[in-house]
Amino acid sequence: MSLIKGRTGDWEIVIGLEVHAQLSTASKLFSGASTEFGAEPNTQVTLVDAALPGMLPVLNKEAVEQAVLTGLAINANINEHSVFDRKNYFYPDLPQGYQISQFSDPIVGSGEIEIELDGGLTRTVRITRIHLEQDAGKSLHDQAPNHTYVDLNRSGVPLMEIVSEPDIRSAAEAAAYVVKLRSILQYVGSCDGNMERGNLRCDANVSVRRPGEEYGTRCEIKNLNSIRFLQQAIDYEARRQVDLIESGEKIVQETRLFDSNKGVTRSMRSKEEAHDYRYFPDPDLMPLDLESDYIESLRLSLPELPDQKLERFINDLKLPLDVAKELVTEKEKADYFEPVALRRDAKLVSSMVRKDVFGYANNHSLEISEVPVLPDQYGELVDLVSAGDVNARTASEVFVEMAETGKSAKSIVEERGLKQVSDSGELEKILDDIIAGSEEQVVQFKNGNEKIIGWFVGQVMQKTKGQANPTVVNDLLKKKLDK
Amino acid sequence: MSDLTALTIAEALEGLKAREYTAEELTEEHIKSIEASRALNAFVLETPDQAVDDAKASDARRARGEVGALEGIPLGVKDLFCTKDVRTTACSHILENFVPPYESFVTRKLRAAGACFLGKTNLDEFAMGSSNETSYFGPVRNPWGQVVDDAGLVPGGSSGGSASAVAAGLCLGAIGTDTGGSIRQPAAFCGIVGMKPTYGRCSRWGIVAFASSLDQAGPMTRTVKDAAIMLGAMVGFDENDSTSAQNVVPDFQACLGQDIKGLRIGIPKEYRVEGMDQEIEALWTKGAGLLEEQGAEVIEISLPKTKYALPTYYIIAPAEASSNLARYDGMRFGLRVDGENLEETYMKTRAEGFGAEVRRRVLIGTYVLSAGYYDAYYLKAQKVRRIISEEFASAFDQVDAVLTPTAPTPAFSRGERTDDLISMYLNDVFTVPASLAGLPAISIPAGLSSHGLPLGLQLITRAFDESTLFRVAGALEEAAGWSPHPLKYQGS
Repeated sequence: MSLIKGRTGDWEIVIGLEVHAQLSTASKLFSGASTEFGAEPNTQVTLVDAALPGMLPVLNKEAVEQAVLTGLAINANINEHSVFDRKNYFYPDLPQGYQISQFSDPIVGSGEIEIELDGGLTRTVRITRIHLEQDAGKSLHDQAPNHTYVDLNRSGVPLMEIVSEPDIRSAAEAAAYVVKLRSILQYVGSCDGNMERGNLRCDANVSVRRPGEEYGTRCEIKNLNSIRFLQQAIDYEARRQVDLIESGEKIVQETRLFDSNKGVTRSMRSKEEAHDYRYFPDPDLMPLDLESDYIESLRLSLPELPDQKLERFINDLKLPLDVAKELVTEKEKADYFEPVALRRDAKLVSSMVRKDVFGYANNHSLEISEVPVLPDQYGELVDLVSAGDVNARTASEVFVEMAETGKSAKSIVEERGLKQVSDSGELEKILDDIIAGSEEQVVQFKNGNEKIIGWFVGQVMQKTKGQANPTVVNDLLKKKLDK
Repeated sequence: MSDLTALTIAEALEGLKAREYTAEELTEEHIKSIEASRALNAFVLETPDQAVDDAKASDARRARGEVGALEGIPLGVKDLFCTKDVRTTACSHILENFVPPYESFVTRKLRAAGACFLGKTNLDEFAMGSSNETSYFGPVRNPWGQVVDDAGLVPGGSSGGSASAVAAGLCLGAIGTDTGGSIRQPAAFCGIVGMKPTYGRCSRWGIVAFASSLDQAGPMTRTVKDAAIMLGAMVGFDENDSTSAQNVVPDFQACLGQDIKGLRIGIPKEYRVEGMDQEIEALWTKGAGLLEEQGAEVIEISLPKTKYALPTYYIIAPAEASSNLARYDGMRFGLRVDGENLEETYMKTRAEGFGAEVRRRVLIGTYVLSAGYYDAYYLKAQKVRRIISEEFASAFDQVDAVLTPTAPTPAFSRGERTDDLISMYLNDVFTVPASLAGLPAISIPAGLSSHGLPLGLQLITRAFDESTLFRVAGALEEAAGWSPHPLKYQGS
């Protein structure tokens, strides 16, 4: 348990998160407009999204499917009966004057997510519910001095709101929770988890208390769009609350905003100013009734989830925990690694892929899927290393060239003559020559100076222009010198 | 050539088929009739050019042997249906200049069946009213006013323009919408047939929403048969309306003319409300007698929660309306009155754009949905609504149809009830229960008051049993002997 030290003693942070995840459906929650990112403003807007008179919502079945799959992936109860409600408020980027959401009867009920903490510990975070809702449009305040422009492309895009219980106890745990949740969403295919585009964002409910005592008054920090900001905001907010309480003041329940430039949270509105959203069931939509057969068929179609994959990587592929975790957490990494590792040495593949492919993606700010060398092509390079034709260092150079030229590993190795000499007969001849001409060094070795082996290897490398297979050279040297 | 505006739809279809006249001639006659009767203020937009073009196209189709169910029939369209490239206002200032780039499902179907639209008919603003006095474009006159020398006699509402137009021979039929009686009550006031199908029969797509869980489109005609013909061309499943019914659509005309021997007709005793005209009660008794004479069995039934229907309706409908009307914010279409800031722009736009009755209902609706009041009002109203539905369902274990008056009084004079809203709202007391239960119901003209004003009787049947509804309505119509001839308006 991580506590914060105050003047008057230790305090425990209590955090509950509401994560808004944009579903990866092709069209909006209640209209056929595209959800594609980055289109020109107001080009992905149907009459329904612009709320023209007489227009009616029609539920997107794909969104329902993705929400149910997500619920199943966190072992949640899927509610066979759920209801869409209207959340009423006025804002220019909310054309209907209400957001269609789910209030009292959400599609997914209670579930849980296990997060890994430092030192091999885990914590189970209970999930209260997941509900479906529409996103609003976007108000653009920076286009003109006296006007606000509205882009309705986002209006009606489907979101899942995933609400946790207040089971999280530190900023680091909150980060681990979001990482784990994002990973699950990516595996299920219900959200790409892209926080930069706002496809995953969260609100944090933060309070502090003396360990073991009742919950304190909470503040909700809205719209945190990166894991770093989430952690900063929680740490700042917890410290603010401790300082306030310790100086005899009371926490006011309110909604706060995080200023990422200054690293502080600021009051947005108090509980008294909170809107009265006048929720009521949307009479344009029938309640959503799911058949148990439908839910069961989705359960059967669930893909392998991160925890299952992690277990498999550790048990079957014998990868160390930290390596397996790195490969599993971001689905794209696992997706690259797995086809390469198939029928190959998983440990070799994992170390090569992490260095070459993930390193390249990172250096070039690419998604793993955007790396220009496909897993199949990369596999060829791994094979060259396994066969002893190139060493790992050379392989990395070959990989960069593959990425830049699109050429195959084999052709690069051949063209540039990079193939290392593993032929022991050839190497033996070279070694014999060197040993014959280095009596002094041989004597040193015989007298117990094992380090001198490095000198011999260096000689071989010089003679072979670095193309000798160092493992083979080492083996041969030991054999010959030990005679 | 006889007066083409005096025909029923069924007669006109025969005449067109026999080439006695063309759709163009039929339409031209109605355009003249509309022009001659502008004093009724039944139409808020006349579209004669489009109507004639449509009629010519219809004649051409007929010549090719392509004949739809309403081929060449000139109709009026309540100005709550969005019509592509034709101004649609809901008779509100806030939509005064709104021209939709789309066509409602129902009007699209009617056009596909060959109908020609003469224009858009007047209504209470956003369909909120029972007298057509809340229209931004002014009140509508009831052509029956000339019978009792009352130029300001209201046509009922909210589909008052459609009712007046059909009654006065400005169109052969019209479409209306009914949320709590907005088709049936004006039909009764104007001496025509007005029918509200089961909730879900007609798609609501493209109809300016008032109260989504109650709104239904329906036909307004001069005979039951015409209503059956029109309804057949309006219904059908629409994947764009999630509340649209997938039920099989029967041939509504097939049951007309069938006898009603052995059918059980329920007379709900709780409908004998205080303040009901003696003559209306007498008409009700007479109507039951007419059905009995034809072999139906008349049974007194009990619908005890009926007394809560009106207050329930006046919670649910405004609640939904307060939310449905939130989109009229001056941001994307319709009226915008700029203020100093966003909030002021909202307030000015909506204060200026909405009339008093609409503002009142938005306020009531906002109130009943507010935190702290929701359970006491909205939630309770929903529970009562369910009980009312269940009461009907068990009543239909005993009977096949329910007979009631359509409205507690005949048409009243303009201004008579605008200061007494309770009495205005009480007009819907007999029509609201079927709306809350989503049941099909029809009003048919069954007699005259002592002053000579038409009075209507209402029939209600099980959900999706429009066949029995038309069957009983047809029998009652025939027995009542009401003339389907329009009452030409001579006033100015």
